[in-house]
Amino acid sequence: MITKKDVEHIGWLARIELTEEEKEKFTKQLNSILDYFEKLDEIETDAAPMHHVFGLTNVFRDDVAKKSMSQEDALQNAPKKEKGCFKGPRIV
Amino acid sequence: MKPQSYELHMLLSETPGDEMKDVIIGLEVHVQLNKLRSKLFCSCSTQYHDSEPNMCTCPVCLGLPGALPVINEKAVDSAIKVALALNCNIEEQIMFYRKNYYYPDLVKGFQISQYDYPIAMDGKISIEADGEREIRIKRVHMEEDPGRLIHVGTIDRSRYSLIDYNRSGVALLEVVTEPDLRTPKEARLFLNKLRNILEYLDVFDGSLEGSLRVDANISLAGGARAEIKNISSYKGVEKALLFETVRQKNLVRRGIRVAQETRHYDEVRGITISLRTKEEEKDYRYFPEPDLVPLRIGDRVDDIKRALPELPDAKRQRLVKQYDISDHHAKVLTSELKLANFFERVATKVDANLSATWIADVLKGELNYRGIGIDAFSPEHMIQILQMLKNDKITEKGAVQVIRTILDEGGAPPEIVKRKGLLKIEESIITRAVAEVIKENPAAVKDYHDGKNEALHFLMGQVMKKTHGRADPSMVSKLLKEKL
Ligand SMILES: [Zn+2]
Repeated sequence: MITKKDVEHIGWLARIELTEEEKEKFTKQLNSILDYFEKLDEIETDAAPMHHVFGLTNVFRDDVAKKSMSQEDALQNAPKKEKGCFKGPRIV
Repeated sequence: MKPQSYELHMLLSETPGDEMKDVIIGLEVHVQLNKLRSKLFCSCSTQYHDSEPNMCTCPVCLGLPGALPVINEKAVDSAIKVALALNCNIEEQIMFYRKNYYYPDLVKGFQISQYDYPIAMDGKISIEADGEREIRIKRVHMEEDPGRLIHVGTIDRSRYSLIDYNRSGVALLEVVTEPDLRTPKEARLFLNKLRNILEYLDVFDGSLEGSLRVDANISLAGGARAEIKNISSYKGVEKALLFETVRQKNLVRRGIRVAQETRHYDEVRGITISLRTKEEEKDYRYFPEPDLVPLRIGDRVDDIKRALPELPDAKRQRLVKQYDISDHHAKVLTSELKLANFFERVATKVDANLSATWIADVLKGELNYRGIGIDAFSPEHMIQILQMLKNDKITEKGAVQVIRTILDEGGAPPEIVKRKGLLKIEESIITRAVAEVIKENPAAVKDYHDGKNEALHFLMGQVMKKTHGRADPSMVSKLLKEKL
């Protein structure tokens, strides 16, 4: 059961500000999603845990350095930049 | 030296010099596998230290949509090497997980790390504190380095941050200890030993800026523990822990409960600050990274184990045995792989004990004093100096002067000895040469006694020849006149 407090915490983790109406709405929606997922509990299963859908293992790359993007390309989508860096808010 | 901050001064001034028996410390050490050429999940170069910000990035390490990680095979092998050297059990199969948190240094909103099925668990290494102490290693896992935040001002005062993603995606190894450390000094000794081992394995260069970062958990017996995040220097770890020990003890003495919290170490002010974070482990919502397949590494371990180089403890024992040098000297010499190699190179040419003394006690001291490494000195020069010393050509004082001159001005030993007039003129050598010359030249001696002054010049010349021009002429003249 997800409470309004959980929703506030999840919002904080994602750094999203929620209005009171949104908190009510998402609490209801998230609970209905979880209810739906509970249907999975009805299936009886004794299969071993699956780690990956492909069944592949050991996909490796050699340790070789290749050319990177230019600084200009790297910063192309940045809303704010300064001294060759992305500029962001302080978050502690 | 930096002056103490006011906060630090006040804190230390009210502290009695009590023992720290009841302090419990555990470390999470993040080391960059910076001997790799490329990052952990993409082919960007790890050699970003001299480049401009954001010049070593690609869609993968910038977290652009659709980019897919592919793991660096050598990074996995390097991690296995480290795990073996730390006496860990290597897992048969390992997996990567997404650790979700939202912070500007993290491009994707999650860090690819390990959770269940890490690369290794349950190891141990020994450190030499007051006697030998075994420190247990809880686990070793691989993860990607976040970018670098440049706070404008101090962390609790800056308004915004600049972000450089050159570091983003560099392979990190996290080594987690059990809470077995008892003093800030032991924490430092542990880090030195770990660095030593990593450098012997040739997977780590600890001299590079930002190559090591430490989170330290510290509590007093029975109290809540504080986690000090992101200490980024060897000295910082000991200082931060010392500060925190004192802070917690003062709280207890005043009857205030120590809060369980995350704190930040402010390197400039030498204090720790509460970070008021609300994140707990469950908030990271770890789940398996669907873009990476599991790795079965069990069958690689034996080959890697066979190829492991000699590690510090083993080398120390061998040096004592093979060269018959003191354990103390062997300890100093093996504290750095390059120093140990330097010693062995010299010890094959000159007396091993003389080499050990001069390298471990004298040369190392001169290097430390100047804050430089052994690379600044050539083993051939050391061999020349010790041979001159052994053959009585220079005094110990002269040898020290040659070493200092090489470090401060450059040059080679024979030339420095000549230029600085350091050749040892021992009276006994000249006396011996004088006696020989008198014996070998009876005619000249007779001429001298007959009052021929040229005869004295001739005899002097013969003595100079025998001493290869190293004797002081006035001393030769004086000794000759006495003996004639
Ligand atoms: Zn990249």
